[in-house]
Amino acid sequence: MNNAKLTEQLMCLILWCIALFVVVVPIAMLYELLTQGLSHLSWAFLFSEPLNSGRNGGIAPILLSTALILMTCLSVVIPIGLSCALYITEVCDRNSFIGKWLSHSLDILGGVPSIVFGLFGYVFFAQILSLGFSILTGGLTLACMALPLFIRLCEQALRNSPVSYRQAAQALNLSHSGYILHILLPSASSGIAAATIIATGRALAETAVLIFTAGYASRYPASIMDSGRALSVHIYDLAMNVAGGTKPAAATALVLVTLLIIINISARYFSKRWLPR
Amino acid sequence: MINFMKNLGLVTLVLLIVACNNNTSEKLVLTGSSTVAPLIMEIAHRFEQRNPNSRIDVQTGGSSRGINDIRKGLSDIGMVSRSLISSEQTLVAHVIAWDGITTILHQDNPVKALSRAQVRAIYKGEINNWKQVGGIDADIVVVHKAEGRSTLALFLKYFSLANKDVKADIIVGDNQQGLKTVEGNPLAIGYVSIGAAAYEKINGAGIKLLAIDNIEATLANVEKGIFPIARPLNLVTQKNVSPLAKRFIAYAQSAEVIDLIKQQFFIANHAKK
Amino acid sequence: MRKSKSLHLILRSAGWCCITIVVLIGIFILLKSYPFIQQMGISVLWQDDRWAPTQGLFNLVPIFVGSILVTMGAVLVAGPIGVLLAIFGQFYAPVWVAKIYRGLIELLAGIPSVVYGFWGLIVLVPIINNIAPPGASLLAGVIVLAVMILPIVVLAADSAFEQVPEKWMVAADALALQTWSKVYVIALPHAMPAIVSGVIMQSARALGETMAVLMVTGNIVQIPLSIFEPVRTLTANIALEMAYATDMHSHALFVSALILFMLTFLLVYLKNKLAGLRHE
Repeated sequence: MNNAKLTEQLMCLILWCIALFVVVVPIAMLYELLTQGLSHLSWAFLFSEPLNSGRNGGIAPILLSTALILMTCLSVVIPIGLSCALYITEVCDRNSFIGKWLSHSLDILGGVPSIVFGLFGYVFFAQILSLGFSILTGGLTLACMALPLFIRLCEQALRNSPVSYRQAAQALNLSHSGYILHILLPSASSGIAAATIIATGRALAETAVLIFTAGYASRYPASIMDSGRALSVHIYDLAMNVAGGTKPAAATALVLVTLLIIINISARYFSKRWLPR
Repeated sequence: MINFMKNLGLVTLVLLIVACNNNTSEKLVLTGSSTVAPLIMEIAHRFEQRNPNSRIDVQTGGSSRGINDIRKGLSDIGMVSRSLISSEQTLVAHVIAWDGITTILHQDNPVKALSRAQVRAIYKGEINNWKQVGGIDADIVVVHKAEGRSTLALFLKYFSLANKDVKADIIVGDNQQGLKTVEGNPLAIGYVSIGAAAYEKINGAGIKLLAIDNIEATLANVEKGIFPIARPLNLVTQKNVSPLAKRFIAYAQSAEVIDLIKQQFFIANHAKK
Repeated sequence: MRKSKSLHLILRSAGWCCITIVVLIGIFILLKSYPFIQQMGISVLWQDDRWAPTQGLFNLVPIFVGSILVTMGAVLVAGPIGVLLAIFGQFYAPVWVAKIYRGLIELLAGIPSVVYGFWGLIVLVPIINNIAPPGASLLAGVIVLAVMILPIVVLAADSAFEQVPEKWMVAADALALQTWSKVYVIALPHAMPAIVSGVIMQSARALGETMAVLMVTGNIVQIPLSIFEPVRTLTANIALEMAYATDMHSHALFVSALILFMLTFLLVYLKNKLAGLRHE
């Protein structure tokens, strides 16, 4: 057994090394963001409007726009995505025409380059549907992008639901909709919440798409038909287009990362609360 | 939980629908150059404060997009960071500011000045080592811009280069990418808008602006009209414009926004001779 | 179970909705690229002298190669490392370490590509420049992309490992197997199909990444002879030139988008074929 023990110790060492090494890159990135951006952060930063092309002032309207874009996106993704996932797991026959095509379609959708989505969103939602540069356009295009990931994750969550629940439902002669609504969904809720989080994360990270759809305007949006700049677009503009914008860009990136952490933690918290049923 | 989710969804939907109603103000849409956009956004912000019922929407996409959009009627005004070319003479250009283009080097680079011919040779790949122009013995890293940018067009024109003759090592998209690339590379040479470079330099960026043919690359020189590579920043429209557009353009050309122009490190049109 | 007709109808329409979106996008790309194919034909894509669209030359081969190289490089780096990290989290790390690690990974999955790209531009490229100018290179692109797709590869591998039946692990413990043997002989083969599937999907994502590669690969149209040379990818090409492209140029860019689309198709097909093969 010496061979196995040796391999074991070697692998243990290698794995720990890789784990530590890989942590270096995100920490380096975080360090860079902190050194550049921490000095620029303040409460005023979060609550005031951008001045001087974003070099001074804050990001309040941008936070609002981002929130609205997310809300629009999720209000499309969650119903359609969940329904689609339910369809795949509960209703459709895997080998039927629609079963296969749905699976293929989702995979393809998940692989389309983001810039193509940007162009598509601009032509389809902004021009053909005449929504123009608006938060609605951005949210809808983002929804198209986030759907595949969300559906796949929901699918997994639904499949992980215990078989015994289903058998019990059958034994009790529950209707399919009753089973889905009152047993399946609650038991998969933590997985669905996790899927929402990851989809949100994916949506927040998109830049190219939003420049072409939700646009560039950095003031408070009057409605979702108004153009609004998302956090990622603001970071891009400050870093790449505005002279002297590095510090505010880093500060905005820190806000974004903090938001992600908060979303992650609260999602975990909520899903734990809903889980025991 | 399902009930909660349903209710949440309904509330969101209602909020969104309610949020859809707004059409009480006059709207103006500008698209075009990403160089001009930050300046116009500041001007628009101030204009909206003076004229509370107006909404000015600024989007980027490049100078060519600015021209295309007004031709197709997708926007009211185009932002263009160059003069109009011959095929665009049916449109009207209103100059609001001036900008120059400067070559930049890393601040540690011992080379202090280059002649027009030298820059030309460097970009053509005929000179490829810094020691050939008085620097250290190392390869020159040539930073160039992507096709279609007006900065590139002006640069090529001044140095009598054709784009296909340029042997670049790195191609960048926006001004800032160019600046950051040169800042991070002691062997690089690049070109950017003077406004952007001057701003970065004052804020401690590790670059230096190169004199071209012994004319220093400063805003003062652009103002005096002696800096050779200068370009107008234009608001371009069709011949007929809406009253709101007219007012906005007049405002952008007025003395009230000179401080904003200065803030962006451009030259106000009044100042240029 | 009793069927619920109305619910099934709603669910089915959601399914059709998704298919419609994909079809729409496909039609969109085809419509926009058709004029080029019709007028110029496709052989110009590899027969022309070089990529100089403003002069009517449309050789896409170096850019295509650039995309493939960057993607493959990123996958070759992120794939194995991702799997190893997942193994680390599942089998080797103490529970609290695993939790923190997982939290970190989930966080990284949400960081915008522009932040990765920016970091690459101001930190990574100068470092590579000190080794071999110009710094903005294939290597920089591979590293940045690998870091971007790593989190989701880890997450995919992680959930694949969680699917391994508990009783197998227990049986392995009963047989006094070392951890690595447990992993290598039992868990890995079981999880492999799911892992491969995840990796293929992430390679599709790497193929489609725009902002980050735009900032660090140098964007020179050439077939690189070393990893330190700059390249241009299809996505960066579209991003750089689309805004400034006139008619035929714009159609040519859409043809490159079509190529990306078809590559994605191919990857998906590959994934499904592999999944079918390994199905016992």
